[in-house]
Amino acid sequence: MASPELILAHADDRDLTKLDEYRAVGGYSVLPRALELQPSALVQAITDATLRGRGGAGFPMGRKASLIDPKNPLRYVVVNADESEPGAFKDREIMARNPHLLIEGCLITAHAIESKAVFIYIRGEYLTEYEILTRAVEDARGAGLFGDVDIVVHRGAGAYICGEESALLESLEGKRGQPRPRPPFPPVTGLYGEPTQINNVQTIATVPKILELGVAEFTKIGVPSSPGTAVFSLSGNVARPGNYELPLGTPLRTLIYDVGGGIPNGREIKGIIPGGSSVPILTPDQLDTPLDYDSIGAAGSFFGSAAVIVVDDRCCMVQLALRAAKFYMHESCGKCTPCREGTRWLVQLLTKIEDGDAEQSDLELLENVCTRMLGRSLCALGDFAVYPVSSYLRKYRAEFEQHVDDGRCPFGDSSSIAGIEAPIDAHSHFHTVEVPT
Amino acid sequence: MTDNGFYSAVQELKERYPDWRSATLPALQLAQEKHGFLSPEALRETARALGTTPAFCESVASFYDMLHLAPVGRHMVEVCTNLPCALAGAQRVVEAFEQELGIRPGETTEDGAITFRTVECLGGCGRATVVAVDERYHEFVTAEKVATIVEEVRGES
Repeated sequence: MASPELILAHADDRDLTKLDEYRAVGGYSVLPRALELQPSALVQAITDATLRGRGGAGFPMGRKASLIDPKNPLRYVVVNADESEPGAFKDREIMARNPHLLIEGCLITAHAIESKAVFIYIRGEYLTEYEILTRAVEDARGAGLFGDVDIVVHRGAGAYICGEESALLESLEGKRGQPRPRPPFPPVTGLYGEPTQINNVQTIATVPKILELGVAEFTKIGVPSSPGTAVFSLSGNVARPGNYELPLGTPLRTLIYDVGGGIPNGREIKGIIPGGSSVPILTPDQLDTPLDYDSIGAAGSFFGSAAVIVVDDRCCMVQLALRAAKFYMHESCGKCTPCREGTRWLVQLLTKIEDGDAEQSDLELLENVCTRMLGRSLCALGDFAVYPVSSYLRKYRAEFEQHVDDGRCPFGDSSSIAGIEAPIDAHSHFHTVEVPT
Repeated sequence: MTDNGFYSAVQELKERYPDWRSATLPALQLAQEKHGFLSPEALRETARALGTTPAFCESVASFYDMLHLAPVGRHMVEVCTNLPCALAGAQRVVEAFEQELGIRPGETTEDGAITFRTVECLGGCGRATVVAVDERYHEFVTAEKVATIVEEVRGES
């Protein structure tokens, strides 16, 4: 591929988990230069590079850094490595194949906000990556690269919600991972109540590359509103799934057909989930959408975590919505009523529709539940549960109607995900009760 | 690990953080490694080492999927059934495990060797279906490969 790789450059031909190999490709060469710069100059460079958060929200990293409370000298850097969004597996690959780039980014970020302590919160399931990262941290510390900064790698223990930044901070403080009310936001009141810069793995890993290339060169990659590259996680019904680092603004069609080899077995594409399971689905007529924050936003969805899930025409959209809803019900932390109760309503209504027991009014009730959940919880999980359901319902309405009219699933066992089981199905405390009409 | 060894390991964990509470998850993970699951005794021991109450430890542990408050098998087999794995045929893998192990998701084999369950996204979506055996990933798993995986797990117990 002619496209420039930044984050995964050289990872195919070298074992960059080794400090020497990373140094051989210029690794840790921008760190001393960065440490000589004034922190404010570093924040300015990150701001000028328009580095937008790669974790999901797309919030500019430079703006976060500029919000750090200047009056409080005690600050923390926290790296969100709790990658749990269904469809996303880019951070795992970055940590497994280029851990020192992340570490170099951590050290530069610590200098930028004048912090001495960095915490990397990695999801508990990523045991292998935890070991690789821990070893890399030890090697870099042993080589005297840390100065007076320290990095602690902290394992999570299995909770999607801990990818939400305030829940992550709660979890890192040793509590249940339940989101905090905001404001105050983490740059003012973060870890242990102190100002905290919290960013996704890929965002932090991009920082050394901005300094290496210089802001002017970096912003030539991608599109003006979203410069740089993203590692796109391509999955689902596509010939060559995997992680592909491409400039932001690459058309969806290029990723799926040129890079991903298109849809296998002569099937037709039915829908594309562009940013992980929590974002609204796009339809095949939107394949020319450029993959950047603003373009996907204009298409009615979200860039999210650059996790592109391809769905072919064998899949029943009610089943897909139900499986997604079961995930959010399982992961709702239970703190906010609209999310805790709403996710259960979604699962019950979709079960009723899929089983052919629903009436027309149930579709309206489903829409109603979605409307009443949106924007009514402390964090975005309640919204994430709604986006798949409401967008599948809106864009594949005829399929939902057919379930109601025929009194059965038109796909039945021929759906590609027929009978798919979810963790909540095995929980004895979950009983489907009759939804009052 | 001896009781003293566990106690001092937890003290070391507490030293890593500005606030001892941050050592709660790592301490619970350590206790689970030692006891197999977070039994009342394991929670009491963790609480003692942390300097807190068993109730606090349990309130934290009960939030997280990887911490077990009830006994589990010596080995854990987890099949991801979230959207990308589902689209790649994860249900056939689930059914193959059911047949091979003779149990349903969420259950443990009678000899206590293997707990089998479905899990949410493991972050291996480009290499679906993902199966985690004792936290180590097997990727591109199809129903045909299940018998070999089970044989390997049984070989270890």
